[in-house]
Amino acid sequence: MMPVTRIAGRAIPFGQANVDTDIIIPAEHLKTISRVGLGRFAFETLRSLPDNLFNRPENVEAPILIAGDNFGCGSSREHAVWALMDMGVRAVIAPSFSDIFSGNAFKNGMVTVALPQAVIDRLLATAAQGWVEIDLDAQAVTTSAGDRFGFDMDAFRRECLMEGRDEIGLTLMSEGAIDAYEAQALQLGWQMTSARVA
Amino acid sequence: MTPRTLYQKIWDAHVVERRPDGTCLLYIDRHLVHEVTSPQAFEGLRMAGRRVRRPDLTLAVPDHNVPTTPRVRPDGSRMPIADPASAEQLATLERNVAAFGIPFINDRAAAQGIVHVVGPEQGFTLPGTTLVCGDSHTAAHGALGALAFGIGTSEVEHVLATQTLLLKPSRTMEVRVDGDLGPGVTPKDVVLAIIGRLGAAGGTGHVIEYRGSTFDAMSVEGRLTVANMSIEAGARSGLFAPDEKTIAYVAGRPMAPTGAAWERMAAWWRTLHTDEGATFDASIVLDAADIAPTVTWGTSLDDVVPITGRVPDPDSFAEPARREAARKAIAYMGLEPGMPMTAVPVKNIFIGSCTNSRIEDLRAAAAVLSGRRVHDRIRQALVVPGSGLVKRQAEAEGLDRVFTAAGFEWREPGCSMCLGMNPDKVPAGERCASTSNRNFVGRQGPGARTHLLSPAMAAAAAVTGRITDVRELAA
Ligand code: SF4
Repeated sequence: MMPVTRIAGRAIPFGQANVDTDIIIPAEHLKTISRVGLGRFAFETLRSLPDNLFNRPENVEAPILIAGDNFGCGSSREHAVWALMDMGVRAVIAPSFSDIFSGNAFKNGMVTVALPQAVIDRLLATAAQGWVEIDLDAQAVTTSAGDRFGFDMDAFRRECLMEGRDEIGLTLMSEGAIDAYEAQALQLGWQMTSARVA
Repeated sequence: MTPRTLYQKIWDAHVVERRPDGTCLLYIDRHLVHEVTSPQAFEGLRMAGRRVRRPDLTLAVPDHNVPTTPRVRPDGSRMPIADPASAEQLATLERNVAAFGIPFINDRAAAQGIVHVVGPEQGFTLPGTTLVCGDSHTAAHGALGALAFGIGTSEVEHVLATQTLLLKPSRTMEVRVDGDLGPGVTPKDVVLAIIGRLGAAGGTGHVIEYRGSTFDAMSVEGRLTVANMSIEAGARSGLFAPDEKTIAYVAGRPMAPTGAAWERMAAWWRTLHTDEGATFDASIVLDAADIAPTVTWGTSLDDVVPITGRVPDPDSFAEPARREAARKAIAYMGLEPGMPMTAVPVKNIFIGSCTNSRIEDLRAAAAVLSGRRVHDRIRQALVVPGSGLVKRQAEAEGLDRVFTAAGFEWREPGCSMCLGMNPDKVPAGERCASTSNRNFVGRQGPGARTHLLSPAMAAAAAVTGRITDVRELAA
């Protein structure tokens, strides 16, 4: 995975709350067996409306999306993250995220920054006029309007993002511990018998 | 020993490694795989030259994308799938399970069905296990006392490669409901009422444990309906402590342990309950007597109202954001503020999905439909059993004939109109009374309008052609 430290550029002032994964990528586009190419279907329904935010020239390929509360709720489809990334979004700033969405984002090197609603309101008001920058090292969002907002982020996730770590590779370094767990669980009777298909 | 919650007990039993910041490498006992969220995970394994660590703890079943029309011809040969992208996704799953040696129930097998129906039915889902699947409604398996949650495709790959996940413990939430449910009130109504109270994000970061006499009295199938929708309140998992009913439910299922292993595990399952004195981070309490048959009016799961209620006035909400959302939802749904819910006409009926497609659900709907016909206004009424075994059981009981006599289509198992991925869709602008679990914009097809309700209520709506209080139809 590509390491990320700073993401800067246009931020789409979207702001909508409870944006579910069906809005981000409708189910009919989940028939793909690949991770790429979903960008053109991202927010399909919203983008079919005249004069929508996403199709304005200045927002095309904007690396940051500003959204409302509970972003990415709904299904576990990682296609939502792939679609956003494929349309150019590298980071989402919102008051809160669904647990599954923020986990999926993280695993693809996409940054999710949680900031209070009042800060989001300020960002929404100023984003259209300039740029926004997210700095993982400084844990701060700065803007061309002169604002600076610090944010919290899970230390492990922050480190992984900044180092571009492959989580599976990392876990496989604990293979000895996994072997030991399986042996011990088997003994205690916790280890589940194999799944058998008749 | 410090008292622990059920969640903590299952968690502690699965910790492989604990990191200083509290993150744990957690062992995963059970992994369900389907065609939609797995292709990129297998591709990732291939690219990195990795194997599947424990194929024997994995089970693959296609469900989301399979057509619900017949899959085999009378001569036994396979019907081709019309949509090339769907066909390719199913073929990819078949190739992947063969290449990686994963147990597989194919789309023609009698045991095929929706992953969350198949898991418990086969005894693949067991109390006290950790169970994951690349699907958010995996929470359902918590009904049996499994710590079960939905994961994304990267995590699917992680579990395939390592049989573990790296996780931070969740906060715990108790949802307590006591008392008897009134006539016509079902587990679906209970969970819709709970989400109405909690809000669509009220459970975020939490694992819910359902407690109280209402749940004690509920069947395992009813508990599956409740646990299934935990995610709609934002909670990744919902748990029920296994009791004698759970153990009896699991006993004798094809993949359940037997003999000495069974005895040992059942003994452990009996210790899996929240200890006296253990505390939850949050708690809500509802009284079963206050719960009416419940329906959704909007496009978020907290847009719920008792059947006796009305479409709300957006101005009645305190928060500006909620007001705006309600206004949008009412416009999308084509409703008027103040309209009684029972005045809302429907054209489509869907009885199915991993929330409500088990035998008890079909019995409840058939009981309402028996001797009745769907209303002239209904354009399509579908019953999609959750699995081939549910379908056979229903046919043995004659339920299929009740449905078809009433004017319903009796289909092959799958996700179907729950998510509008296969050809079963609600046309744009049309309204559907649906027993599924999501009323999102475009969920059942672009522009589709969804009202969620119980199987009995869906049957009642079919008969009258509008959203109906099933209690008025009582025979
Ligand atoms: S029935 Fe619906 S909710 Fe359940 S697994 Fe299928 S698509 Fe998901």
